[in-house]
This record gives sequence, C-alpha cells and structure tokens, in this order.
Amino acid sequence: MTIEIPAHMHPSRSFQGLILTLHNYWADYGCLILQPYDMEVGAGTFHPATTLRALGPLRWNAAYVQPSRRPKDGRYGENPNRLQHYYQYQVVLKPNPPNLQELYLGSLEAIGVDPLLHDIRFVEDDWESPTLGAWGLGWECWCDGMEVSQFTYFQQVCGIECAPVAGELTYGLERLAMYVQGVDNVYDLNFNGREGAEKVTYGDVFLQAEQEYSRHNFEFANTSMLLRHFEDAEAECKALLDAGTPKPSDNLAMHRMVFPAYDQCIKASHVFNLLDARGVISVTERQSYILRVRNLAKACGEAFLKTRAGGLAAA
Amino acid sequence: MPDLLLELRSEEIPARMQRKAAGDLRKMLTDGLVEAGLTYEAAREYWTPRRLALDIRGLTARSKDIREEIKGPSTTAPEQAVQGFLRKAGLSSVAEAHVHSDPKKGDFYVAHISKPGRAAEEIIAELVPGIIKSFPWPKSMRWGPASAKPGSLRWVRPLQSIVCTFGPETEEPVVVDFEIDGIRAGNVTYGHRFHAPGAITVRRFDDYVSKLEAARVVLDADRRKEIILADARNIAFANGLDLVEDEALLEEVSGLVEWPVVLMGEFERDFLTIPGEVIRLTIRANQKCFVTRPHGAAEDLSNRFVLVANIEANDGGKEIAYGNGKVVRARLSDALYFWKTDQGDLPDLDQLAESAAKFGLDLNKPLDQRMARLDHLNVTFHAKLGTQGERVARIKKLASQIVLRLSRQPNFFQGDQRSGATLDAERIGLHEAATRAAVLAKADLQTEVVGEFPELQGAMGRKYAALQGEDSAVANAIEEHYKPQGPSDYVPSHPVSIAVALADKLDTLVGFWAIDEKPTGSKDPYALRRAALGVVRLVLENEIDLRTHYSSGTVSLLGLFAASFVDHSIGLRLRGYAEYLQAAQKLEGVGLMPSGFQSEILDGLISQEAADKFEEGSADRYWETALSLLAFFHDRLKVYLRDQGARHDLIDAVITPQSDDLLQIVRRVEALGSLLDTDEGKNLLAGTKRAANILAAEEKKKKTLVAETVEPALFREDAEKKLYAAVNQAEKEAGQAIQNEDFSAAMLALSVLREPVDSFFERVLVNDEDQAVRANRLALLARIRAATDQVADFSKIVG
Repeated sequence: MTIEIPAHMHPSRSFQGLILTLHNYWADYGCLILQPYDMEVGAGTFHPATTLRALGPLRWNAAYVQPSRRPKDGRYGENPNRLQHYYQYQVVLKPNPPNLQELYLGSLEAIGVDPLLHDIRFVEDDWESPTLGAWGLGWECWCDGMEVSQFTYFQQVCGIECAPVAGELTYGLERLAMYVQGVDNVYDLNFNGREGAEKVTYGDVFLQAEQEYSRHNFEFANTSMLLRHFEDAEAECKALLDAGTPKPSDNLAMHRMVFPAYDQCIKASHVFNLLDARGVISVTERQSYILRVRNLAKACGEAFLKTRAGGLAAA
Repeated sequence: MPDLLLELRSEEIPARMQRKAAGDLRKMLTDGLVEAGLTYEAAREYWTPRRLALDIRGLTARSKDIREEIKGPSTTAPEQAVQGFLRKAGLSSVAEAHVHSDPKKGDFYVAHISKPGRAAEEIIAELVPGIIKSFPWPKSMRWGPASAKPGSLRWVRPLQSIVCTFGPETEEPVVVDFEIDGIRAGNVTYGHRFHAPGAITVRRFDDYVSKLEAARVVLDADRRKEIILADARNIAFANGLDLVEDEALLEEVSGLVEWPVVLMGEFERDFLTIPGEVIRLTIRANQKCFVTRPHGAAEDLSNRFVLVANIEANDGGKEIAYGNGKVVRARLSDALYFWKTDQGDLPDLDQLAESAAKFGLDLNKPLDQRMARLDHLNVTFHAKLGTQGERVARIKKLASQIVLRLSRQPNFFQGDQRSGATLDAERIGLHEAATRAAVLAKADLQTEVVGEFPELQGAMGRKYAALQGEDSAVANAIEEHYKPQGPSDYVPSHPVSIAVALADKLDTLVGFWAIDEKPTGSKDPYALRRAALGVVRLVLENEIDLRTHYSSGTVSLLGLFAASFVDHSIGLRLRGYAEYLQAAQKLEGVGLMPSGFQSEILDGLISQEAADKFEEGSADRYWETALSLLAFFHDRLKVYLRDQGARHDLIDAVITPQSDDLLQIVRRVEALGSLLDTDEGKNLLAGTKRAANILAAEEKKKKTLVAETVEPALFREDAEKKLYAAVNQAEKEAGQAIQNEDFSAAMLALSVLREPVDSFFERVLVNDEDQAVRANRLALLARIRAATDQVADFSKIVG
C-alpha cells in the first residue's frame, strides 16, 4: 500500500498522523476500523470488540483506538511519561494469522521505524488481566530498549479457553509518538502536525484535564457514592444476565442481553480502579473486589457464547 | 555413518528457557533413538531466540534385527500349559512352534521370534512428533486456526518450521518426512529476521551452521556469549572504562539476540549520586544492559553502559544507543526519586507514634520512620509466626542476650590494658549498638528502593542508616545480619553484627520448629538449612562462647533456644486468642454468644492459672522441639566439618543428643584427632575397644557378672594393680582438664593408659576360674571405658 502522506500528517510530525497511519495500515490488511468504546475502561482489552469477540469460533479482525483510564497513574501533569488518561491502539485478529509478527513489524515500518536502523526485539512478557480472567503468552516489543507494544496470544478470556486463539496487539500511542517524534515529554508531542500558530500540542489538549482528573482521582472522588455504584453495577450486571437467560421454551437457547450486562461489568471495574486510587481499599479487600469483577466478566463471557456473535449457530 | 540434523524454529523463545529446552530436546531424542535400538557417536544441542537445533553424529542407519527364542513346555505337557505358552509367545497354533530336544528333559516346544530391524528414518519420523507433543516447556500455548479444535499442538510460542535431514557424509542427505499439526519437516529455514529474511535450504549440520552465519545468525549460544563479553570488554577499555561483568545477565542477553552487536550508551553524571548497586540493578533489570566503572575504580560506576543490539544498524548504532540512553535516563529518574523519597518523611507520620514508642524509635529519622511503618502496617512475616514488627521485637531481645554473652569474651576487645570502667563503658556501648541495629535491621523493607529491588535488602538499610548518622557498627550490622548466606559467603566478625545475625537466624529456626514446619527432603522454602549453617559458621569462625552457667549446669545453644521459644510461644498463644476473640465477636454479633464472654476470655489470657497451665504443657513440648532442632544443627555441623576435612566418625564419637556447644564439639574433635595420630592413641583405642567388646559380650548375658565396683583386695597380678592406679589417675586428670576445657591435656592424660592397658591384656587373663576375680577384672575394664567416655565414645571410632 502506498499512500502519499502530506508532511504535516506524517507520524514523525503528528500524533493524529500516527493514528491515521495505523488505521490505514490495518484497514488495508482487512480489519474493521472501529471507534473507541463509549465507556471508561482501563485498557483497550476491555472494549467488547476484544473481550467478548475474542470468544467463540467466529472470525474477527478489528482495530481501534481506545482511551484508557488508570486513575492511580495520575501525576497532576508533572511527570513527563505517566498519565491517568492515555490512548491505546488495539488490534485483535481471530484466529491469529500465522504471520502476525511480520504484520506487526510492517505496521512499525509504516509509521517510520526502520528495522535496520532501530533495534526491535520481542522480549518475554506473559500478559494477564486478573479482573477479566484473561491471560496469554507473548512479548513486550522493544524498540531501542523502549517498550512500545504488547503482543499477546490470548489463551483464556473471561475464564474461558479461546478456541481459536486470538492475537492482540496493543500499541502505547503516546510512547510510540514520543519515539517517532523524538520528544522527551509527552506534553510536548505535536498533536496536529502543524507548526507555528497552528500547532497544537498534546499538552494543549490534555494537560489541564490531567491536573483536574488527578485531583478528582486522589482527593475528591466521592468514595461512598462510588462504593454504592460498585454494588449497583454488580447487581445490575447479574440482573441483566438473569433477565436475558434463555428460557426452556426457547427454540434456540440464545442469550438476549449480554452487551448491556457487560457494560455494567466494565463500570464496576472502573469504579474499583477509582476506589483503589482513593486509597480506601485495603490489601485484603482488593483481592475480593478483583474477584467480584472477574466473576461478572466470566458470567458475561459464558452468556456471550450463547449468542450469534459468540458462534451460536441458527437452528 | 549418517548424521541427523534437527531444527525446530519458532517465534521468540523466552531467554530463560532456551538452554534447558535444547538440553531436554537432546536427551529426549537420543534416549528415544537408543531405546529403539540405534546407537550414535555424538550429540550436541544449539539454540537461539528463534530455534532449537540438534546435531547427532554417527547414527546407525537401521536398528538390528532381533531374534529370540522362547522356551515352552514339554511336548507331553497338558493341553492347558501348551495353550498358555502359545498365548505368551504370540503363536496361533502349535504348528508354528519348533521342537527342540534335550537329553535330560526330552522334547519341548520353542518359539522362534524375529523382529526385523527398522530404518533410522522411520524411527526418527515416529519419535520427533511425539517429543514435540510432550515437550516439557514451563509454559506453553496454542495458536492459529488449528487452536479452534481441542488437543491442538502446544509449543512455547508458535512453532513455524521443522528441518530434519538424515544421511551419511558421502551422500546427499534426505529429508525425514513427517508432519505435525500441519507443519511438515523439510530442509528450509530462515536466517536473521531483518538482515536475511529469505529462505535458506540446508543439507546437513556443517552447511546449516555456515549458511546461518552468512544470514547473520550465530547458532552457538556460548559463542554469542564470548563475542558479547570480548566486545563489551573492548568497548569499555577503548573508553577508559572497565566492564562490570555479570554472568547471569550475559546468559540472558545471549538468549535475546541472534547476531550480537555491542554498543555503548550514556546517561547524565548527575545520576551517579544514586548508589552504584541501585544503578546497576535498574539498568540490568529493565534494560538488560551492563554498567561500567572508570578504569581501575573499585566501586564507583561511570555514566556509560554497554548494550547488546541484534542488528548491525545502518548508522553504526547511533540511534540505538541514543534511544537506549533515553530509556535508561527515565528509569534512573525513577530510581533517583526512590532514593530521595527514602531519605524524606513519610506521609503517614502522624499515625506512627505508637509503633515508634514500642521500639524506642526517633521519628525525626527516615529509617526509624520506616521501621515504625513496618510495625504499624502489621506486615505479615508468616501467617503462624506473626508480623514483621513482632519478629523484630523478638530479634531485639535475643540479640541483647547474645551480645551480653559476647561482651564477656576478650577476643572482641582489641586492647586488654584498659581499666574496668572503660571496658564496662565499651560493653554498654556494644549492647546499645546491638539492640539499635536489631530494631533497624528490617526497616529497609519499607523503603521504595528495596520494594523495587528486594535483593538490596540490608545493603540499602546500611546506606540509609549511615546517612542518618548511625554508628558505623550499627549501619554495618544492618547489612551483615543477613550473612553468611552460604558455605562460602563472608562471615561477619564484629560483635554487633554477630549478635544480630545470630538472633535473626535463631529466631527463624526456633519459630519454624515451634510451628513444626521443618525442611523435608529437598524442600526447604525458608532456607532453614542455610540459616543453621550460618549459625554454625558464625559461632565457629568467630570462636564464640554462648554459654550461660547455672547452678544446675551449663547451657549454650539450648539456652538461646529456650529464650526464643518462650517469645514465640507467647506470640503463638496471643495469636490463637486473637482468632478466638474474633470468632467470639462474630458469634456475639449474631446473638450466639452471651455478651461479656469476651472479657472472660481476656481474663483467662492473663490469669496466673492459665499461665501455669501453659507452662506445664509446653515444657515437654519445648524439650522435644529443642532436641530436634539441636539434631538439625548437628547435621549441619557434620556437613561443615566434613567439608573442612574432619573425620565423620570422630564427630559422631564426641556428639551426644544434648551437645549444644558447637565450639566445644569442634575442640574435642580436634583433640581426639591429634590423639589418634599418635601411637599411644592408636593403641589406647585398640585397648579400649577390646575392653569394651569383652564388656559388651558380658553385659549381653542375663546374669551380669561385672562387679559394681573394683575391689583392690581381689587383684592378683601386678598389671591389674598398675592399671587400676593408672585409670584412677587418668580419670581424675582428664576430668580436671575437661573442667578447664583443655581437651588436649585430657587426651594426654588418657594416653598414658596405653602402657598399663597393653600390659594388662598381655599378662592378665580376664576369664579367671574364680568368679569373684573375674567380676573384679571386668569392673576394671568398665573403668577404662568410663575414663575414655569422658572425652568421646570410642566405640564409634572406626579403626
């Protein structure tokens, strides 16, 4: 694929150019280009396009940007590398194609990383998400010693064996952009690739938000309300799963309310992260909260397998 | 003879698994080949991040035909026996059996079985898929479309291709044809991922290696290591630096690259204010790079590091070095932040007053704050042994008792010309330092740096202690109390370090013995063997006297066991009550327990009656535990002394189940050894054994014929009288010498028995007709045994 890119849209100049280049690359490969999920999540994996679609036998190739929130990582805008809100670029391919590593390296070349100039390495890193009941084997991908992506072959999601296995690529967009733009501070990233008066930086867009959310996450988030929200989301998730459970009289034992239930699981997970940042969860309680979210994820995953998207064949 | 080449190429194998995996592959395949009746001359395994390879030379081309004969019953045997034989031999009728004749047995059936040999290729094609399917990876995965079905192939990462060729040197090798989960064995592989992406066709090992090398893959991991080490040393040298070598890192890095290219990166000098160990570990753990020192420097690091890339970059590696430098800088910024944070106030300082009071901590000092926090947070040491805070309190008490014993010993004071007052002041100082060091010994577990790098525990405590102005003896003891970590580790020699090191180890040992979690077989998760060996080395190499004298006797280790055991018992009991109280609270909450019952429990806890009851029951248990722990120490001591060249039998001869003074045991062994080196000693041993044997034979008899005491009036021979006098004298002198702890003198006193014992056995017949005379002579022999028993059980000595 050769597309003439104007200089101001080149990944080495522009944050949004980086995203567009990745979109082009993966769209050309045959991925659906999806949009971010409209809820607060901790990572691109939480998007139902990964968590749920990684389950079941159906073919699924998708790519999307996911804004990810990690309340605990807030640094009031003072740390050049750490953010409580950042972007992940997520690619999920099921089943994983045999040349997934080559495809990934191709995407790096597309954004201007020359593998004969930069040292690209696959270093062991086995990924696990205790809250999603998910794990896989893979690597962190290094470019000149910096981790720029996570590469995982999902073995289990929602506590369910993946059959077939999906390959997941997660690019840390800010890090990658800092690398290709040659910038040391995330807030100095050129967002739109313009210069002079037209130039907008990452800091222009996000610095104020980082400061405000850090205050919120660490100091002001209403913990008693959040504790209530956690309970509510948990109860609602279970209730929706119950309500959508196929009845014995149904011809096709199909579950009818997985996605709405899964939203509540995501919500519970994010509320837990906020409570954790506020420091109101003790070490022993932590484990039990994680387990509660995991149980919701597991129930959603099991229900998903009873839907068409989960591979339930029409009778 | 033909050679076999096997390559299993996959996506990147974790570095830590490669060496073992290649070894497993060799063993599994060669074992399988041998079992199938083939032989081979040599086999060697190779690996890179993307392949395991095996080179087997001189493999036989076929397994031998096997002929065997199975003997059956006589031709006249009953039908049942014949049928049984046919089944066993796998024959369908008696017509297939042969008949052999024997002059004695007559005619009998024999089955002739022959199994034709198989071609090596066939055997290999059958073996390799089985090995791949059952390969012992620590973690393995499924992948690709095949993973939709259960039971699909598992490998450490996706397996991409298999090369398997076989054939003699003089001929074109053939591809051994087999397939596993859609991967068909062939003769095509690939070189370096970026430098040589094209396919390579290989014939046998020799051209495989050279073609890979041309495609920028160094197959042999040990050669990659040599290249990295040599280039790293050179690049350091060329920059006026010395490489800080690190074998484990070298091994790991060699498993991350197929084509090693050594480069140098740098960071700002400002970061050099961080302790060198922290810099080294930060760069090593996160970036897998080596650090360097200015040429000739012993400890200081330079701001240059050595990295190993996997490509020969177009720009000579400038971008790579620059990029790595950036990441190292970001990591060192974190480390610098940790290092500075650890020297500042904790945010929850206002909650630490209670814990600070408990340990006499000064909350103006950073390390004191960390200890207070360790206690305040109730960080668990072990579920049954309580919190770190409780542990530190116990160690402090024990260290205090130990240092009191040490401060009596002149070898820990350099000058001996000082006045009593100076000495006393020094002793008090020693005691204060030891308790202070014990209180701060675990404080660094709450520091950010140790949280990041647990292996720096102790070393960081020492640095932070020095920074807050602790006495150097205290700061050193914080690091040294973890030592020695094994048979060759450094043994601290300062009394403050010794006291805390012994207290820490004894507390751990007694604790785990009290809850009955002793090492079994190869399982020793708390490294208790190492702790006990540590105590042995601390005591022996510093010649420490741990004894306390009571009117009823003297104890050494057993006294310390008792002190520690009491502390542990109180803790165990309190924790038991705490659980009980919690349960009671719950029951009360749901109305299942009358209110007020809780306070009864609390009263029970502190009542004298309960305390007495507890003491009664625990005394027996204590003694059993203490002797079991002591036996564990004896085992460690034996291993230690044997390594030093001491004779096993001599150690056994001087140890009794209650021997708790390690130093005395060693001195006895030494004295006994020197005695047995002399002719006197050897003859005395022979004489004593002879006496003991005669006595043992007598004592077996139902009626004891040995007199209770020796009666001089019954002596008839001169030799008897002389021996009696000599035994009396030797026993007295040896006893006296033992009192004075002069074991050589004791041995010397005994050695004079040699002559009278020899002449007794030469001139006197023990078995006299007169039973009274005989009994009296036996009693005299018993006296010889008793005299020697004072120093050792001679019957356990070999020779």
